[in-house]
Parts: sequence; structure tokens; C-alpha cells
Amino acid sequence: MKSTLSLTVNGVTRDDVVPDNLLLVDYLRDKAGLTGTKIGCDGGECGACTVLIDGRPRHACLTLAATCQNAKVETVDGLSRDGRLTAIQRGFHEKLGSQCGFCTPGMIMASEALLRRNPDPSEADIRDALAANICRCTGYVKIIEAVQFAARERTA
Amino acid sequence: MNKISPIQSIGIPKPLVDGPEKATGKAMFAADFQATDATVGRILRSPVAHANIISIDTSQAEALPGVLAVVTEADCADGYGVLPIAMNEWALARHRVRYRGEPVAAVAAMDVATAQRALDLIDVVYEELPAYFTADEARAEGALDLHDDKPGNIEREVEFDLGDVDAGMAKADLVREVDFHCAEVCQAQMEPHAAFAEYDAARERLTIRPSTQVPFYVHKMLARTMGMSESHIRVIKPHIGGGFGCRTETLQSDLIAGLLARKARGTVKVVLSREETFITHRGRPESHIKMKVGMTKDGTITAVDFTAQQRGGAYSGYGIVTILYAGSLIYGIYDIVSARFQGYRVLTNTPPCGAFRGHGTVKTRFAFENLIDGMATELGLDPFAVRRANLLVAPTMTENDLLVNSYGLDQCLDWVEKASGWKQRKGKLGPNKGLGMACSHYISGASKPKHWTGEPHATIHLRVDWDASITLLTGAAEIGQGSSTVMAQCVAETLGVDMGRIRVIAADSALTPKDNGSYSSRVTFMVGNASIDAAQNLKALLIEAAARKLEIAPEDVECLGEVYRGGQQDQGLTFEEVVMEALKGEGTLAVKGIYDTIPESWGGRKYRGAAIGGTMAFSYAAQVVEVTVDPDTAEITVDKVWVAHDCGKALNPLAVEGQVQGSVWMGLGQAMSEETRFHDGLPLHANMLDYRVPTIVESPPIEVGIIEANDPHGPFGAKEAGEGSLTGFLPALTNAVADAMGVRATALPLTPDRLLELLEKKARDERVSANASGKVA
Repeated sequence: MKSTLSLTVNGVTRDDVVPDNLLLVDYLRDKAGLTGTKIGCDGGECGACTVLIDGRPRHACLTLAATCQNAKVETVDGLSRDGRLTAIQRGFHEKLGSQCGFCTPGMIMASEALLRRNPDPSEADIRDALAANICRCTGYVKIIEAVQFAARERTA
Repeated sequence: MNKISPIQSIGIPKPLVDGPEKATGKAMFAADFQATDATVGRILRSPVAHANIISIDTSQAEALPGVLAVVTEADCADGYGVLPIAMNEWALARHRVRYRGEPVAAVAAMDVATAQRALDLIDVVYEELPAYFTADEARAEGALDLHDDKPGNIEREVEFDLGDVDAGMAKADLVREVDFHCAEVCQAQMEPHAAFAEYDAARERLTIRPSTQVPFYVHKMLARTMGMSESHIRVIKPHIGGGFGCRTETLQSDLIAGLLARKARGTVKVVLSREETFITHRGRPESHIKMKVGMTKDGTITAVDFTAQQRGGAYSGYGIVTILYAGSLIYGIYDIVSARFQGYRVLTNTPPCGAFRGHGTVKTRFAFENLIDGMATELGLDPFAVRRANLLVAPTMTENDLLVNSYGLDQCLDWVEKASGWKQRKGKLGPNKGLGMACSHYISGASKPKHWTGEPHATIHLRVDWDASITLLTGAAEIGQGSSTVMAQCVAETLGVDMGRIRVIAADSALTPKDNGSYSSRVTFMVGNASIDAAQNLKALLIEAAARKLEIAPEDVECLGEVYRGGQQDQGLTFEEVVMEALKGEGTLAVKGIYDTIPESWGGRKYRGAAIGGTMAFSYAAQVVEVTVDPDTAEITVDKVWVAHDCGKALNPLAVEGQVQGSVWMGLGQAMSEETRFHDGLPLHANMLDYRVPTIVESPPIEVGIIEANDPHGPFGAKEAGEGSLTGFLPALTNAVADAMGVRATALPLTPDRLLELLEKKARDERVSANASGKVA
């Protein structure tokens, strides 16, 4: 079965005919051509596909595209403003929260969601917010520093 | 006049030159490439662990509408393998399968569903054979040989006996021998394996973007497997989502993508699932180490006698090198005067192991550092004192002929001892808390490349054109470790120019010079030195041009990076003006830099395989781990890690810290939770939940001390930073648990159930001895 999906992705309104069993992550990567969102596992294990649905962090690999009717979906591809890195993107770049970069889109979106609801997170808050995102490069130390940097930048 | 000076790039924390792409989602990994005509490649894998293939019938799959190609071993011109002396693997199994999940056939189809249906239609008839899932089973009397040319399923036996081990043991005040068992572990890099292959059918040429650390090896093995001219293949390395060694050899998925693209006469994308990525494996082998050490009362090590048995999996891969490292790198960190080693690399019906970060050294070092920690306790010595009693003095050659020109282990020890408050805090943390320490080291690249051709070890091209930008062309594979950044820094520093002038183009065989790849921590040392050489050659050209323009002698030109002048009163020429002058009569500048290792670093000849271990420089590391153990659940919390790493000159201190933290943390996973497990050859761990990678919640703060014992041959004195710190964590953890709980773990990972067993045994033993002494009283 297919149905028409209307939603906004990174602020752009889209209407697409999608199969009912199409995963949001495949919709974003294959249909919308937004390959920033990554697939790192076989479903719900690693967090690399984290996107924001109506502001909340969600695994795009565990979400059916068809359930996003009229939703506001945000991915890493649309985060920069006027071509400039936002605070959380700068944090991951400048503080080396990103090494290979494969977990980074998911990490950034989960962090973005945290900072929007809690502009001044404690270290425990950061660990809690990123508990579903695996990174294999950094040991997480510089990821925590990246989020702390972004929190300071956003409130400065 | 304003004070003008060359711009400094070395020793300053630098975010990675390719960082913005990663933070914006623009970085293109292999699976991100799309094409309207791209088909989906899928692999049929063996359902059995060991069997003869009686027949493969692909006719029904080929007839299915939407299927563009089906390939089997019949499409392969030859076998492949990373070591020229052990190429016994085929992209698709030939006549026999040797592990569950081994690729047997593959299809390219219009979509995933069609590809999957086509796989179901391939009819393979197997004749099952006895299968061996442990090294002991495979070595048992009467076991069937997996490979005809490997009798007894021994891939390689290694032996050396250097110095007088028996005399050394006789001289010791304390001799201890302990068995250690370490589980097999997997790299589990975040990006599942993928390859995007485009076949130009009109010209019979292949362009491929594989997720690899070694584009050059993939290039060679594609040509071999496909029976194609190497000149008709272009390998472009996209962004790589980690590697940690599993991508330091060509993987079947790279080769299968090429085979399918040619047969489909078009574009094929092969993306493995996480489960398939685990099955592809190439991780660190399950190992049994028997370690015997002799020590005098003051902590001096008099002799080491050890054996290692590794379960290598079904094919050779890097196996010979892994077992050689497990022996040779007992040397190079302490003053070992005599050592005897016997190593066995065993072939089994499990997925092939490979080169995992800290290649070959990790489990030997775990056993050694764990054992001497216990011996220190027995002798009433401080663990730091034992290490200090056995330090090397550089420059020196070890007993097995490894070159040690720089040595900062003493400084590493001092740093972690102080930073952790060891002297004040050891033994005073209260119940169920402990401190442990250990040391480790690693090579800065193997001095003699596997494919010995007489070419330099590394080559760099620099191109400068009318726009005065500098393009750095390198074959070195940036995989997230920051190699492109380090090269740009080396060139910028040598020229004294702003790093922003430099654009790095990495690893495209049509554009960049050949490079062996990113493994054994070779890139900073080898390619860094080649970058400096290239920049010096460019600088000489620019100085000549400036001299011409200024009408002075070249030796009178003062090069200040962005300005070249004749003296302080001279306004000088801008970099752009110098470049324009240099282009006159010459056109675009293209210079080259090379680097080669010196023969003294090529390792020894005292035993067969003694060259493995030879390197231009060793890194050194020491770490202290603080733990709290829950006495009821035996759950270990790592409260903090202090680690000092001697990487020589830290070219990019930010990246060094990141590498060291990542290494320590990866050691933490192996020490505490990571383990591959099989049931009849079926992986029970093949997802990111059952294969327990530590999450951010249980990962400790890791404080890094950078120690700079500069190496005379290193680029600006630099040595490796990305592997050496991993190893020390494993023994430091078990040593800390021993300090906290009085039990010494010899099997890894030290999961709560393993530790609980040790704690219960200790409690039982204490009850028994209390009862016994009660009766006597």
C-alpha cells in the first residue's frame, strides 16, 4: 500500500507518495536525497540515524515515514544557518567531538534536542541525552566537551 | 617595519581540515553515493560452517526479471589475500566454504526486494564437513585440514629463544607462570562496510569507492580478482566511518562490488548490514597466553618465557603477522635480556581475524603487565618501581634487533604517578576501590612494507599554480584519524604559510601518488616526513624565484612564509609575487617529496619472521585506572583514567588527545564487555546490542598527558599516537580490580559474572581456611 505523505523536512514542505512500510531513514536518504542521516546498524542499536521529529530526537530507522504526516522533520543537513555552522556543529568540529564523523549527524541532532530543552545541561544531563548514540572513535570525552562548548556559545 | 615571522602550524591544536563536512552531513561515505541507474548488490552467504560445495545453480536467479547480474567464484580470475605469501581467500567461495556466512554468490538487481528474491533462487548443494570452532579442536589429532597446504591447521608456528632464558630464570628470586585467556573482539566501526562501483562498459574500466583504509591494496586485489589491468581501475576513497584495522585488507564486499558492476555493465552499490559487517570480522583473535617471568627482589626482570595460541579463523589474512607481533613486541619497552617464545596461529571454522588496533601486541602485553603486577605485590614492590627497574636507555637496539632511538616511558610514568595522586592515594581509597597501572608501546609503522618493490615508503606531490594555492596530493587514507590535517600542517610549517593556503586531495588513484594505506600507525611518521620533504623542495624553488626577482643570491633570501625578502629594510615579496615569478618559463609548479626508512630499522634476522616488529620509532604510554566495584553484583565502574602517551612532538595536540582517549576507551570495551561468541559457528553477537560497546553512560573521564620524547627521525620529532595507549588499559584495569578486591582476573572481558565467580571463590577459600585454622586452634 502507498499513501501521500505531507510533511516539512528542514523547513521545506514536501508531498511524496510513499509505501506504507518505508522507513523514515530510507525516505530521507533515498527519496529526499538527504544522506547526512546515517545507517549504522540493523535497527535501533546505534543512534546514527537520530533526527528530530517535531523537536524530539527519534531513530529514523525505527520510524515509518507514513507516521510523519504533517510532522516537522529536521536532519543534520538543514542545521547550518546561512551557510554557517551552528553552535553545536562548531562544537563537534572545533573540540574534535567528531573523528570519523559517521556517528556525528546523530550525535549532533540528539545534542541539539537536548540544548533546545535544556540550555544549561550538566555533564550527567549530556550523558543521559546521548545514551542511545554510540561513538567508536572518541571515547565520548570530546563529545561531552563539544556539547558543553555549544551550550556556552548559545547562551553567550 | 612590522615584525613578520613564518606562521606556525605544528604543535598547535588544529580542528580537522575535513571537520566541517562531518558536522554538516555533507561528508560522503560509500553508502551515500547515489546514481539513477545504480543497482543493488546483495550477497548469498554460507549457512554452514564447513562444507564442500557440490554445485551452484544460478539459472533461476538469472532469469528473474530485474536481475542484472549473478556472480560466483567462476567470475573470479584468482584468489586474494593481504600477505603475498598467504593469498588463500576468494571473493566468492571456491569449491569449499570454511565459515558460516562466507560469501558464495552475489546478485545485482533493480531493487532490494528483487535482489533478495534472486538470492533465494540460487541453489547451492553442500556436503558438510566436520567444523572446528576453537583452536584446540582444530589442532586435535585427526582433525581435517581446512587448507591442504596447512597441515594440522597451523597457519604459522613462530619460535625464538634469545639470550639465556634458563639461566635468567635460575637467577630470579621469584618465578611465576600464569595462563591468560582473552576473548575475540571486533572493531565494530560505526560505518557498515560498503562499496559504490561504476563500470564504464564502453571503455571496460572500473571506478570504485570502497570503505577502506588501504585503497592501494583494494586496487591491486580488484585487478587480481577481476583479471583486469591495474591501469583500468580507479579507486577513490570516500569518507570512511572508522576502521581500527578491519579495513586494512581488501574485503570481499569491495571485490564483489567490482565483479557485479562489470557483469551488470553499470553501477552497483553494495552495503552490508551490521550483521554482515560483524561476519566479515577481521578482529582480534581469541588468544591463550602462557606467560612465565623471572624477577629479582628489586624488580629486575631476568627472563620471559611465553607461548601464544591464536584462533585465527578460516583464512590467513594478516595471521602470520599477528602471531609474529605477539612475540616480537615483548621487546622494545623494557630491558628484556632473555626471552623465549612459541606461537601458534591456528585455522578454525570461524570468520577470519585480522589486524585490530594494537595489532598482535595487546594480549601479550595484557598477560605480561598483569603478571608482573602480581609479582610486584608478592615482592612488596610498588608497581611503578618494578617498571622503573627495567627501563631502556635510548638509543639502543633490543635483543631482537629493534631500533629504539627515543624513549619517553620514564616521563610517562612520572606524569601518571603524579596526576593520579598514586603515592598519596594508593591503598587509601577505602573498601571496594582500587588503583591499577600498566604500560604499553607501539610501532610508528612497519619499516619494511609487505609489498616490497623498492619504491620509497611514502610519496607526496605538491602543486602550486597561478592562484598561489597549494594542492597537496597524497595517497594516504584519511579515516578520521586526522592524517590529512597532519600533512597540511607539515607542509604549512615547513613553508611558514597559512594552513588555509593548502588544499588536501587524498586517496584517488587517478590523481594522487600511491600510498600503502592507513595501518600500523605509519602515516604520520612516513607520510609526514614525505610532506616535509616535498615542502622543502617547493621552498627551494620559491627561494630561487625570490632571489631572481630581488636580484640577490638565494642564500640571502629570508623566507618568512607569506613574505620573502632580502633583509629587514626590504619590503619583500608576497607569497603570490614569489609564485608568479617561479611560474615564469616553468608553468604550474609540481614538486615531489619522498620518505624511506633506514635499514637499521628493518628488524632482525635472528629467527624466521624477525623483521616483524621493526620500526623507525616506538611510542610509549603509561596509565592509571581507578575503579569502584560493587561487591554484590561485581559490576565495575571505572571512575577515572590518567594516561600519558609519548608521541614525540605532538604535531596536532588536539588530535593526539582524541586518539589517546579513543584508544584507552577502546581498551576499556575489550577489557570489560566486548566479546564475540559463536554457536556452531553462528555469531551470537552480530549486532550493536549483544556486542557490548560501552555507551557514554559508563565511559569514564580520561585525562591525557602528552609526553614529547622527540624521535630524531620523526617528522618534527613525532611518533605514533593512535594505538599505543589501547593496550595498557586492559592490564591496568585488572590490576586496579586486584587492588580493590584482592582477586586477579586472568580472563577477559572481565564481565560482572566472571568477576563474581572470582569473588565467590575468594570468599569460599577464606571460609575454608578460617574453618581450618579454627580447628587447629
